[in-house]
Amino acid sequence: VRFRKMMGTVPIDLPPFERFYADHRDVVLGHLLRKLGRNGAEDAFQETFLRALHAYPYRRAHPTGELPELVAEDGRAAYLELDHLASTLPPTERAAVVLRYGYDLAYDDIAVALGSSAEAARQAASSGVRRLRKGTVR
Amino acid sequence: MTVSADLDRRFRDAAATAGLLDIGFDVIDSPIGPLLVAASDRGLARISFSATFDPEETIESLARAFGPRILRSSRTIDPARRQLDEYFDGRREGFELDVDLRGVPEFTRRVLNELARVPYGRTTTYAQLAVSAGAPRAARAVGAVMNRNRIPIVLPCHRVVGTNGSLTGYAGGLDVKERLLRLEGALL
Repeated sequence: VRFRKMMGTVPIDLPPFERFYADHRDVVLGHLLRKLGRNGAEDAFQETFLRALHAYPYRRAHPTGELPELVAEDGRAAYLELDHLASTLPPTERAAVVLRYGYDLAYDDIAVALGSSAEAARQAASSGVRRLRKGTVR
Repeated sequence: MTVSADLDRRFRDAAATAGLLDIGFDVIDSPIGPLLVAASDRGLARISFSATFDPEETIESLARAFGPRILRSSRTIDPARRQLDEYFDGRREGFELDVDLRGVPEFTRRVLNELARVPYGRTTTYAQLAVSAGAPRAARAVGAVMNRNRIPIVLPCHRVVGTNGSLTGYAGGLDVKERLLRLEGALL
């Protein structure tokens, strides 16, 4: 219960459970052995970590931090959809957004296409996305 | 106090059986070296070659993509392990495994869907794959998708070669690509 409370209130980014488990299993088992003896300790060990896993945070809503998936309702490819959506952006931002999120190119490749640096390509894509999110185009 | 292998395995099995994991993974042996194989409740999520995977790094990246409830668990990937073993033994030509493409952009998904149709023992080119994905001018983008394929072997990017027949590149190394194609009888 204390563990669950801690999970609920402290906004820390926990490591993958594998690491949490690997870091704590020996200490927890030692503690349980001292407290319960060999008979009870192994069952309690499994119970303890299953509870911890149960209380552990799970997948976030937009796991990759990328744009939500674009669904082409009329069956057209999503990159065409995106091209249309981005058509009101300034040319560089539009190209960067379409190449990044429509064609899934890496920023290095986009940089080549735009004749800029990878960092500039990344900035163009993210400012394009910000603009689209805000709806400040048109 | 060190946790015994038996107690450790019992906990890992129990966690997988209880359906509490975002991702279960394990490292399996194969003729092309150890492979890190990861799966969610929706299907196969990752296959990493030893040459490129740093387990910590792979686990972190899986946590970012699928959530932090990640545990090494041989049980989760049992079906994949069995089918991969059969594939490497030459006893299996197609995989009957679901894949988890959550978070994968739509274009990438289309290309991977087309890739999955390239039959065992055949090769295609980046340009042809671009055509069948409905984006004839996007051969380079198709190359980028192959390059970042998270589920190689099962999604057979090793069957995609350059228009001149050159092997071009592979995350597991060109020797591995050649070996897979030879196993499938696509190269003499």
